This record gives sequence, C-alpha cells and structure tokens, in this order.
Amino acid sequence: MNFNVLRRRFFGDPLNALLSLAVLAAALLWLPPLLRWAVTNARLAPDAAACTALEHGGACWGVVVEKARFILLGRYPDEEAWRPILAAGLIGAGWLLAAFRHLPGKTLAALLLAPPLLALPLLGGGVAGLTPVPTELWGGLPLTLLLTGAGMAGALPLGIAVAYGRRSQLPVLRAVLTACVELARGIPLVAALFAASFLLPLFFPEGLALDMLWRVLIAIVLFAAAYLSEIIRGGLQAIRPGQLDAAAALGFGFWQTQRWIVLPQVLRAVAPSIANSAIALFKDTSLVTVVSLYELTGSLSLALSGDPEWRPFYLEAWLFIAGVYWVGCWVLGRVSRRLGG
Amino acid sequence: MPFKLRGIGLLPPLAMSRISAFRGRLAGVLSLSILSALGGLATPAFAGKTLDAIKAKGQLACGVSTGVIGFSAADSQGQWKGLDVDVCKALAAAVLGDARKVRWVPLSSQQRFTALQSGEVDILSRNTTWSLTRDAGQGLHFAAVTYYDGQGFLVAKKTKVTSAKQLKNAEVCVQSGTTTEKNLADYFRAQGIKVKPVVFDKFEPSIKAFFSGRCQAYTTDASALAFIRAKEAPNPDDYLILPEIISKEPLGPAVRRGDDEWFAIVKWTVNALIEAEELGITQAKVDSLKSSADPAVQRFLGVGEDLGKNLGLDRDWAARAVKAVGNYGEIFNRNVGPDSPLKLPRGLNAQWNKGGILYALPLR
Repeated sequence: MNFNVLRRRFFGDPLNALLSLAVLAAALLWLPPLLRWAVTNARLAPDAAACTALEHGGACWGVVVEKARFILLGRYPDEEAWRPILAAGLIGAGWLLAAFRHLPGKTLAALLLAPPLLALPLLGGGVAGLTPVPTELWGGLPLTLLLTGAGMAGALPLGIAVAYGRRSQLPVLRAVLTACVELARGIPLVAALFAASFLLPLFFPEGLALDMLWRVLIAIVLFAAAYLSEIIRGGLQAIRPGQLDAAAALGFGFWQTQRWIVLPQVLRAVAPSIANSAIALFKDTSLVTVVSLYELTGSLSLALSGDPEWRPFYLEAWLFIAGVYWVGCWVLGRVSRRLGG
Repeated sequence: MPFKLRGIGLLPPLAMSRISAFRGRLAGVLSLSILSALGGLATPAFAGKTLDAIKAKGQLACGVSTGVIGFSAADSQGQWKGLDVDVCKALAAAVLGDARKVRWVPLSSQQRFTALQSGEVDILSRNTTWSLTRDAGQGLHFAAVTYYDGQGFLVAKKTKVTSAKQLKNAEVCVQSGTTTEKNLADYFRAQGIKVKPVVFDKFEPSIKAFFSGRCQAYTTDASALAFIRAKEAPNPDDYLILPEIISKEPLGPAVRRGDDEWFAIVKWTVNALIEAEELGITQAKVDSLKSSADPAVQRFLGVGEDLGKNLGLDRDWAARAVKAVGNYGEIFNRNVGPDSPLKLPRGLNAQWNKGGILYALPLR
C-alpha cells in the first residue's frame, strides 16, 4: 500500500479528512496518558505499599499477580490446582484448535463437545484415584469455560431434538414443546437460575437435592436449548422440499435423510448463529454468581472485596478479566467463521 | 414481606459489587415472589439434631459474606479471616475440637436466609442485622450480637462541624437505593433539621464527590466510614467521623428454627467469648489459668463444675473456643480494632463495665 492509497483512504474527501484528523487528535490526546498509566508508570510487582504510593497515577498490575490464583481458579484446593488448570486447558485447547485448524466436522464436534464432559470428572474427582472436590469449591476460569462448554454440549442435542419435535405431526407434542420454548425464552436467565437454586431444593428432602452446580447446569442447558432449537428450526425450514424428494427417490429412509442430507446442511447454515449463542452464553455464565457459584467475575469479587490492601486496585483486576473474556469471545468468533465457511 | 436487602454493616458496594447489588435487588424480588407464592412449602421442618449432623460430617458449615473487610473475607491464599469468621472457628473448636473443621460457604445477601433454611449452612455468620422481621418472619433465630454497628457521618475537619446537629442546610453525599438514604432522611426529619442529600448511584462517585468537596458530609455505616477515612481520603487526618450514630444495626450469627440445642450452643459460645474477655481469659493464658483460684474462671474452663454437659458438649468447650481464636476483645482487635486496617474504636462494643453495652449472660 503506497502513500497515494493511504491518502485516498483517509483524506479522500473533506468529511473523510475531518474524521481522520479528529481520530488522530483523539489518539494523540488520549493515548499518551493511557500508555503512561498502563505501561510507563505501571507496577507489575505484587507490592501493595508500592501500588498505594502510585496513587492511581499508574496501573497496579501487581493486583493481578497477587490474586491470579484466586481469580483464575477460585476456591479450588491448592494441592489439587493442576486439575482445574488441566480442565481449563482441555476446553481452551478444543476451542483454539477448532478456531485455527481446518478439521473435518466430526473432529470439530468432538473437540468442542468432549473436553467439557471430560472436565466434569476431572474437577469432581472420585474416579481414577482423584480426591473428590465438592462442586461448591469449583470456580474461576475453569468454571466459566465448563458452564459454557458443557452448557452448549448439553443444549445442542436437546435443541436439535426440540426443533424436530416442533415440526412433528403430533399436535400435542408440538404444543407442549412450543410452550416449553416460549417459557424458557420468556424468562430472564437470572430467574431460571434462581428457580434452580431456590425452588428445586424445596421439592427434595434435605440432603437429597442435586448439587447447586448440577441444578445450575441443568437450568443453563434448558435455557440455551430453547434458543438453539429456534435457530435449528429456522435452519430446517430453509431446506427445500426438493432435497427430501430427491433423498426419497434414492431410497433414503427418514433417519438416513436427516443424517446425510438435512442436518449437514442445516448445521453448516446455522453455525454462525450457534456460535453467537455460545458467545452470549460465555458471558452470561457470570450470572451464576447470584447463586453462589464463583466463576471468573465471582471469584474476582471474592478475592478483592474483602481485602483492604488490594481492593483499591479493582479497576486493574477488572481490566484483566475483561481481557480474558475478550480473548474467549474472539476465539469463539473464529470458531464460528470456521464452521460457517 | 419486608426484606432489607442491603446487608447492614456491609461496606457500600464498589463498582464491582454494584452489579451484584443491582442483581441483588432484582433477584431478591424474584426469589421472594417465588417463595411467597409457594407459601407453606417454604417452611421445612428440621427436627434433626444439627449437632449430631455436624459431628457425623466432622465439619461445621458456616455461611459467610462474599467479602466484607474485617468481618468475613478470603485473603490471597483463600484463607477466611474476620470477626464473623472467628465466631465460626470458635464454634468448630467448641463442638468438634478443631477450629479448622469449617466449611466456608460465601453467600450473597439475597441468598443467605434460604441457605440457612434449606440446611445448606448450620450457622449464618454474615454481618446480618438482627431485626424483628428477620427474627420472627424468616424462620430463623439470632443467637447473639457480635457487633453493634450503626450509621454515621464523615466530615472534613475544615468545616468545623463536630456534631451531626450542626449539619443544617448541609449537602450530604449518600448512595441511592440503600437503607442509608432512608435513615438519613428519617434522622434529620426527626431532628427538624434540613439537609440536602446528594444522591449517587455508585459507591466510587459518591466517595470521589465527597472528597472533592461536593458535599460537606458523607454518610454510611460507621464500620465502613472508618475504612473510607483511612483508605480513600487524600489525608485521613483532615477528616472526622462524627459521634452521632443514627441507626441501630446489631449484627450477629443466626441459626434456623427448630433445633433449640444447637441454638443454645451458638448462643453460649458467643457469650463465652465475651465472658472470657471480662474474666481476663486470653488465648495465651487459657491453659495456665486452669490453676486459677477464681471460681468464675474455674467454671469457665471446666475445672470442677462442668457447664458443657448442659449444652451436650464436654467440659473444655469454652476453653477450646478461646484457645482457638482468643476472647472477644482479641477477636475485635485483630479483625476490626487497632491491629487491623479498619482501626475501629470499641465504642458500643466495649464491655458493659467499660462504657460499652457488651454484656455476657452469666456462665454458671
């Protein structure tokens, strides 16, 4: 790109030139103080006294260093820390491979769906000689990834089933499923989480109720499935009847038609929308703090809100997890482009 | 069902906890409407012996906050510290013989009562104000008061104001949507003084506004004011906390109804911690004092008379509690008093014979 191209792009007409100058001026005005705060004057060492001495004239990234373990892994026991790290690594690696590698559909599906299901016994223990760790101690990034991954892994098959059910010839089934989807879409996720945490235990005898994490996961799966089923139903409607006729003419039965003709096209067409839902769910998992599950944002406030030394530097800590969320969303966005392309 | 959502004694929420504060309100409304719709379903009967269950599990489930400085907060290593935390540790020491045998359950303010009622926690030690609606209306029993808090004022010394009564026509920075705002209006209406509340949606801007001179006074709970003065003020010595406390916020541990034996254990363990200070029994001296000639000290330490059997515990229960966390004075000093960043004065929380209202029921 030579100078002339640049000039045409940024100063092609008066309005364009004006906007370019405005952006340039804003950058000159804002960038130096920002860099001064975030880089030049910033401190990386976890030294609260030195950070306090900065009087917020520079970023105290030391808060992230000091609290990293707590923010990222929550209250998981220290001596077992490798398990949440491995669990997060597995799920993250699946996402990254799906985002940056050209892979056949089945491998992709396995990469996205299997790690969260593996993470459950890994975190929970009780199998293969792993010490059991109660779910209430799970937290931080592994929990965020797990709720997103397992939520999607559970919601996708359910969503497909519901989408087919809503196209069924049986009026009762159709009506029931429509009602369920409308109900799930009609309430906010917080309400679903509250119902799962407050209402469900009242119907079980003491001690027999499902664990909070499972209740929340079920709520998330049902909630996400309602949205996914509508996305997939849209995809199903887009398949032209000619395709089905052609399959029938070739002697394909119902299941064969769906497996080889319909679903591959549907899933490919709606992949961006599904990824969209996954990104939304990734961020919505922060809502589980209201029912005392301390995922990324929850463990951050557990780590900081009661600490008089480090609490003043919450902005830096929040910027850090904002970065974590941004990377997660960006990777999921890449996955969507892979799937759709 | 009136329901005070803001945990009294909580520090005003920072930007980070604003989200949860908003959700709190929403969630509280939702959960309450659901719960009240269920009516009778929401009052499970617990005839089971909490003490037996705790012994069987070998663990005390203690409901704490998600982080209130000085009361209950996890440090960088994930260890829980604070005044409310020490109450649970003392209990675990008294009941299980080991202060470490506690399962900490951090609870949001809207979740705390449900967690207690559903049996998820054995005790709620979460800077919760003891009030009629909560005690009588929420299916729980407050066992004792561990901290007398109340709402106060912070002013700049240069305003020469030394009493809240001099705040005539003053502008007072306050956070909106809290009981603090209502207490402020109530107090000055009762005093016949006009003040102008300057209401902020968030903690940070309200503090910034006060310290930049937008208001002559700032109001919130007294335990939080001390921290704000110490940590947020440009120069703490330029600011003064006024002597007036305009609301009553007695904080203490609560248990669920239906188990009188457990209720008694919690009540008397807290009383024992307070009594220990009055008797001069400290963490360091608790063992050597067993040879004391003072009958009250002997009774307390289980030498001779056995008080523990009335509670279904052994005779060393109170000695173990003090040995684990110290007496009330030591707990206070370590977590919120001079040895802590809060540096709160004893005030109302001094012993009854030292100018406070802390009055342990007699252990005999």
